[in-house]
Amino acid sequence: MRVVVPVTERVDETPSTVTLRFPYPAVADPGQFVMVWLPGDDELPMSLSYTDGPSKGVTIKAMGATSRRALSLRPGDRVGVRGPYGNRFDLTPRKVLIVSGGSGAAVLAPAAERARASGSSVTVALGATRAPELLFKERFRALGARVEVATDDGSEGTKGFVTAVAERLLASERYDVVWTCGPEVMMKKVITAASPRSVPVFCSMERHMKCALGMCDACALGPYHVCVDGPVFPATQLEPLGDFGAFHRDSSGRRVPL
Amino acid sequence: MADLAVRCAGVELRNPFLLASGIWGESGESLAGAWNAGAGGVITKSIGSVPRPGYPNPTVETYERWGLLNAMGLPNPGMDEYPREIEVARRAGATVIGSIFGGSAEEFARLAVRMAATGVVALELNLSCPHAEGYGTEIGGTPEDVEKVVRAVTQKVSLPVIAKITPNTSDAAALALAAQRGGAAAVSAINTLRAIAIDVHLQRPVLAHGLGGLSGPAIKPVGLACVWQIFEKVTIPIIGVGGIATAQDALEYVMAGARALEVGTQVTFDGVAVFGRLARELSGLLDELGFARLEDAVGVAHRASSVPRG
Repeated sequence: MRVVVPVTERVDETPSTVTLRFPYPAVADPGQFVMVWLPGDDELPMSLSYTDGPSKGVTIKAMGATSRRALSLRPGDRVGVRGPYGNRFDLTPRKVLIVSGGSGAAVLAPAAERARASGSSVTVALGATRAPELLFKERFRALGARVEVATDDGSEGTKGFVTAVAERLLASERYDVVWTCGPEVMMKKVITAASPRSVPVFCSMERHMKCALGMCDACALGPYHVCVDGPVFPATQLEPLGDFGAFHRDSSGRRVPL
Repeated sequence: MADLAVRCAGVELRNPFLLASGIWGESGESLAGAWNAGAGGVITKSIGSVPRPGYPNPTVETYERWGLLNAMGLPNPGMDEYPREIEVARRAGATVIGSIFGGSAEEFARLAVRMAATGVVALELNLSCPHAEGYGTEIGGTPEDVEKVVRAVTQKVSLPVIAKITPNTSDAAALALAAQRGGAAAVSAINTLRAIAIDVHLQRPVLAHGLGGLSGPAIKPVGLACVWQIFEKVTIPIIGVGGIATAQDALEYVMAGARALEVGTQVTFDGVAVFGRLARELSGLLDELGFARLEDAVGVAHRASSVPRG
């Protein structure tokens, strides 16, 4: 059921991402998403970047016209919220490697927090285009995670893709599980690095989404629907799919290259 | 175990439960998934001449488990691209019925020829979407229009043609009779009921399109009444649709006159596992009531009826 709530807090996280907090007491877990409606505009799926307590949060990056408008929301502005929807990360305590590309940290940060709280050790490979775009770097550090940074332009940490950092970490230490979110080509490379070492990988996936109920088929991915079967998928489910890392469907349902 | 296999509109179905058009069905993998889960057949998303993105969100409003309001706006990949999806479903062995929508009888006929060439076993004409300007109900709202479109299609294709008619009319049976005159092999009834949701805090409609269509258990009695009245008027088979959630709902439709059934909203609530469950439960219910075959129960409620006819 959709409820209309006011934005209570806005935090400019990086030059291109903004966190909006709003009262929404429903129980939620890291990995899940909500549908956020900007009245008069569109309604978009957004991963919860704050899952605990009565005040939830989403962290938005400008992708299209509606998310750009969402970036201009201020405390007091009203949004419609429904959910949470989708599955969650398995938080069984163990040694976790998180690989985050760009705004992927939005869904991974709450997962890291819950994992730490339940006794997991957490290492984060955090990638962005440039230093100011490193999302939730301090948040990851604050929970006692080891954070290794990569930037495309070399303005902080390793110069290049975060996958190189992930490969180095996987080669030097034994992890029990990898959680990753970011561009699909990045996640594919993470799987390629982890698979020979038999480390299971879970990817938080994104597809065009309309109903979020498993009805409209907009988010169809092979035999799955990202809204109800995901958004968190084990790599073993994704690897056989020809569309993974290659195709998505546009709003008309046409398969188009990513 | 009672025999659920039925012959409807010249098509052999392993059971009467078809995936309704508009649910899943944009992708071939999803159609295959419904078939693999036990559907008797799958009906595609309604396909038009060109790719269509549909309306912006919100496109849905939910009412617990009794109803679902939607105005998707006929999103579809278009007839150029869609044969790929049908091929995926057919490779899985699925019995595929192709749904099409057009803005005129001529456009329907052109699309029908192309859809027929994809290997589907029958066509369903969407004459009943309640929320798309220039399509659906707007060109299937009167008996004259229904007959014209159905005739234009049946003159061009030899496949069985099913007309899906609207309940948003004073006389659904007249629309069904018109479809029969036009040469339809069957009618499906009903599509969604025109409906709207208002947000009192924002003082505006919830759906981006305003008006939408209501589906789910809330509309079952309406669907049953349409099937009941249509059965009294036509001789072609009826495919019952609207709020089927249990085997009893299904059998109510059959006893009112339906030979086959479509399931949509319940797939949203329960996933495609609903198909296996409905088939098992319907078979059990027929056993309990002493019916050896589903076909024996079609329309039986009319025999006992003391309802004045006319």
